[in-house]
Amino acid sequence: MDAQLASTGRPLAPPGEDITVVQTYEVPRSLAEAVALLRAGNVTVVAGGTDLMPQSKTGRARFQPVLMNIQRIPELRGIGETDGCVRFGALTTVTELLNNVMVKTRFNALWQAADHFASDQLRNAATIGGNICNASPAGDTLVPLLVFNARVVLASEANGAVTTRTLPLAAFFVGPGRTQRRPTELLTAVNVPVPPEGFVSEFHKFGTRPALDVATIAIGLGAVRDGDRLRDVRVAFGAVAPTPIRAPKTEAALDGKVLSTAIEPALAAADADIQPISDIRASAWYRRELVHNVLRRMLDHVGKH
Amino acid sequence: MSVNIEIAFKLNGIDMRAKVSPGMSTLEMLRDELHLTGSKYGCGEGECGACTINVDGLSINSCLMFAADCDGREIVTIEGLASDPRTEALKKSFVAYGAVQCGFCTPGIIMQARNLLEKTAHPTPEQIRRGIEGNLCRCTGYKKIIEAIIEASAASP
Repeated sequence: MDAQLASTGRPLAPPGEDITVVQTYEVPRSLAEAVALLRAGNVTVVAGGTDLMPQSKTGRARFQPVLMNIQRIPELRGIGETDGCVRFGALTTVTELLNNVMVKTRFNALWQAADHFASDQLRNAATIGGNICNASPAGDTLVPLLVFNARVVLASEANGAVTTRTLPLAAFFVGPGRTQRRPTELLTAVNVPVPPEGFVSEFHKFGTRPALDVATIAIGLGAVRDGDRLRDVRVAFGAVAPTPIRAPKTEAALDGKVLSTAIEPALAAADADIQPISDIRASAWYRRELVHNVLRRMLDHVGKH
Repeated sequence: MSVNIEIAFKLNGIDMRAKVSPGMSTLEMLRDELHLTGSKYGCGEGECGACTINVDGLSINSCLMFAADCDGREIVTIEGLASDPRTEALKKSFVAYGAVQCGFCTPGIIMQARNLLEKTAHPTPEQIRRGIEGNLCRCTGYKKIIEAIIEASAASP
């Protein structure tokens, strides 16, 4: 949920040992200060800490000599809209998403993901930027953010000034826990275009219990209803590939087609979009069954809107 | 540990200063350094809620919060609520309803229930279930806990 981890390529330390490599603790008060520290190198970034802390205790997190807490940087906070695009500061907590009326009305799938996210205690600490940078294939906010064509803003220092680049979230994930973020970059915000008029969205997460569960599979679906058809169809899946993914074949099977006859082809297309693995939570076979059945249920529901 | 971090914060209404290491959790600082053992170590990964504390008005799993991040914040633990009326009502109803068995989850659940009642004075049973979804109890089966929270909420204006 919450850690921007710079990969060092070092072997995993025994439990609790790795954090001893930390030599300095920095708490920058501005973005300029933070990117200057990152430029100097060897930094582990911490925000809410909800993923980094357990990873540090088990030795899964690899620490750099500098631990940088970004919680006191005002530029990383706030939710605001300009020119048809909503900016979520990286430190926006899941509770802040849940309490935001605009998120509920315009980005319903994201609101539903926030509602299904862990527990009150974790929602109060976990940040959207941390959830993205932790890059779990099952990260709860990632699936709806893909549906909404989110873009991530990465800041770094060049020639003594803060520069930024923006990447589509879909291109940001490289593998489990790995992203396009360079070690000198800080994820400062997520920009989400306001969806077109009439766009409806839904998120469904399957787990063995409602709270505090890592998704076995997650599905985000968004579209504009146009009579008996769907347009601007966007489908994203979580926990069925090395990263959260958009599902282009599923989308093509649905977009502009009469929904009632497009459902079966869409389910077949979804099978081609995903590459689930077997792990402690479910077998690959079961994940395929879940995608099939949950997607069918969601499409039936959209058809009845 | 290679580095000590000096922090200043408010703990149960009292100004505190502490030196902590980078990897130390807030729970470790509270229990092992400050000897406030009301907050419990259950799972260490945010699954059980036994370590729930209040940070700047929000419920937080203290096992997942870096102690260094307490700097400048207001922390309230179960020890700080000894004379809090809402907590007193919860304590009485938990005893009356048998909502405490082994007692290990109780401080966390009282913290979270108090937080819930601060936001929603008269929650429905469903709101209570959602409110304490981050707290595990392996003894009671939750029924008595939910009844006790309803009883405590009835006592408040």
